[in-house]
Amino acid sequence: MTEPLSQSVYPVTREEGAETEVILAAIVDNEPGVLARVVGLISARGYNIESLTVAETDVEKHASRITIVTRGTPAKIDQIKLQLGRLVPVRRVIDVTNEADALERELALIKVVGAGEERIESMRLAEIFRARPIDTTHSSFVFEITGARDKINAFIDLMRPLGLKEISRTGVLSIRRGVESD
Amino acid sequence: MSAQTAEQLKQAPPPRAQARPVLKSGADLLLDALEEQGVEVIFGYPGGAVLPIYDALFRRDTIRHVLVRHEQGAVHAAEGYARSTGKAGVVLVTSGPGATNAVTGLADALLDSIPIVCITGQVARPLIGTDAFQECDTVGITRSCTKYNYLVPSAHKLATIVHEAFHIARNGRPGPVVVDIPKDVQFEEALYTARADAQKRNCIVKPPVNSFQIEQIVDLMRHAHRPVIYTGGGVINSGRAASEALRALARETGFPVTSTLMGLGAFPASDPQWLGMLGMHGSFEANSAMHDCDLMIAVGARFDDRVTGRLDAFSPGSKKVHIDIDPSSINKNVRVDFGVVGDCAEVLDALVEEWRRRNAQEDYEFARTRSWRSRINEWRAKKSFGYERAQNAIKPQYAIERLFALTRGRDVYVTTEVGQHQMWAAQHFHFDQPNRWMTSGGLGTMGYGLPAAIGVQAAHPDALVIDIAGDASVQMTMQEMSTAVQHELPVKIFILNNAYLGMVRQWQELLHGGRYSHSYSASLPDFVKLAEAYGGVGIRAETPDELDAKIMEMIEVRRPVLFDCVVTQEENVFPMIPSGAAHNEMLFGGHHVTGDEVSDEGKALV
Repeated sequence: MTEPLSQSVYPVTREEGAETEVILAAIVDNEPGVLARVVGLISARGYNIESLTVAETDVEKHASRITIVTRGTPAKIDQIKLQLGRLVPVRRVIDVTNEADALERELALIKVVGAGEERIESMRLAEIFRARPIDTTHSSFVFEITGARDKINAFIDLMRPLGLKEISRTGVLSIRRGVESD
Repeated sequence: MSAQTAEQLKQAPPPRAQARPVLKSGADLLLDALEEQGVEVIFGYPGGAVLPIYDALFRRDTIRHVLVRHEQGAVHAAEGYARSTGKAGVVLVTSGPGATNAVTGLADALLDSIPIVCITGQVARPLIGTDAFQECDTVGITRSCTKYNYLVPSAHKLATIVHEAFHIARNGRPGPVVVDIPKDVQFEEALYTARADAQKRNCIVKPPVNSFQIEQIVDLMRHAHRPVIYTGGGVINSGRAASEALRALARETGFPVTSTLMGLGAFPASDPQWLGMLGMHGSFEANSAMHDCDLMIAVGARFDDRVTGRLDAFSPGSKKVHIDIDPSSINKNVRVDFGVVGDCAEVLDALVEEWRRRNAQEDYEFARTRSWRSRINEWRAKKSFGYERAQNAIKPQYAIERLFALTRGRDVYVTTEVGQHQMWAAQHFHFDQPNRWMTSGGLGTMGYGLPAAIGVQAAHPDALVIDIAGDASVQMTMQEMSTAVQHELPVKIFILNNAYLGMVRQWQELLHGGRYSHSYSASLPDFVKLAEAYGGVGIRAETPDELDAKIMEMIEVRRPVLFDCVVTQEENVFPMIPSGAAHNEMLFGGHHVTGDEVSDEGKALV
């Protein structure tokens, strides 16, 4: 006797493992519509996007770098990488999270509105996190902070009870350490 | 313009590529590029935004133009042309509705991996984005139903883009490419860029064959007790060489071969190792072999849901090898043990070579698969495609059987629409050669077969091209009958007329308690009169006695024929793996249907 099979008829039936978060970098030809192709593929196939950044990185070679933070099971992540790799203007896809020697940075602008002791406390914490105030009024700060996402998330959590008003984030950027390049 | 001056214009010497570079209009550059790419036929429909191209086409007779009646038909015709020749099909349509009408065909070509280059007109550059007359965002609309698409920015880039479009459409996993050309670019003058000078994007990966991997796979093959080769459309797409290599591999190893709907013809159906088509309406022996095998070699197939049935019960005890040109197909639906990214022909050749090399070292123990072969023969004895004959009415399966029998030995190409007739055609019409069977497998487009047959006939003027059709499907692109008459393309439209949307009716019977919601065509046209109205030939057969003579009449006529084959209305396609079931849970013909064959979860699937 074999053990009873799952009653589900939907395709997600194999042992797929836990979901993880990955950072993918796609080096693409900088041409009209390339971002739409990447974003369209991700939404059409039902993948998540947690953040996405894009800018031209090599004017001579017409190359842009798109950095995507996404979640999924290992099988799904493999599919995302392969599907991205199929797109004509995508030159290559790098799984940054798999590279032990990758750096990850994000920049955030954070507006905190408050007065008195809370305002002083926010400034004190900002110093600890090396966040710079780039705009000040008598009742508000705008802090600029860079770092890995964890650090930014921690700073945001600390600002929350101190009058956090608005957040603007760039999304994750990544690059390899050392002399090697992607 | 009088007919005479038109004739004179036609006879004016066509502009030839000269040694000294000359400025030409974008429209001429386009046609130069198409000529250099070896294009012989274009399927198209003129309109405002492509008039300069049609004007340039008028002045040369190097490329034949087939005027369709609807742009969807143009793309399907190009698909038929491409699939029957192995070349890229070319489509020319106008902006706005021309482009949107082509979308169904493009999506069809994408899912079936058919090389198509579709030229669309676009409003002039200054008008783009102004909601101009017949403007639509063609590149945006077709982005997700093409392999790649372009909006041509200037005449200077036009030739390069066309060359690249053909390169992308043909290479790697083939697919449709759209080239959207603004009307002012068609007038703008620029220099031609030859194919050899055109940029080629490094977008097509065709990795070399990994000999270590080949050795490992051959190891598995030589030790397998219950092997099966599962082939798909990729073997056809890869070209004649892939079919030859597949046949050689099967001959060397003695392994049984099954195929998807898309791959029929790659392996000869008359071969004793042939198991028949697999999948939802595949043969008992093919599906049982897939379920019970210990080694599955998938070649150019993509583990589609019509093939796998319930995934968690799919071939539970087998090691799986998957050979595909598209890396994203491997491990997409089914996790495999060996993924080989490569061209089917090259990989199969390498397997044959390695197999022979091993044979030189040690004898292959053919007896290893003896009990497997006898089990397959037991399954085969069930004759799962069998059906009950009728005395006074034509059974649809019988009609296909007779059609097959009476066309044997001829140069036959078959296209189909989508539905019951398509499955009966796949079950009862047999193919010994690739590129002879054109059907909409992935997208399942009703209305595919008639225009596709026109495309096939345009490529093979002397062949017998038959569209096996259903009465519902054929009406979706019926207007292309007019195309066939105008261009003297004597396609034979063989309609299995059961007055139902047969496959819908079958599912309603099996899944929805026999409530035939809107699946009966209460007012069908008289197909014989319809054929005559179009200037074609109409033939009707209503009894088994007259069927053979009527089919022969159809074959002999050198004009387009609508054949109204009146068949029994309530026939179902069997065998059938109901949705949500596994390969070894098939339903067979003569089965008493209770209306609750499918679990509630299964009903949610299509």
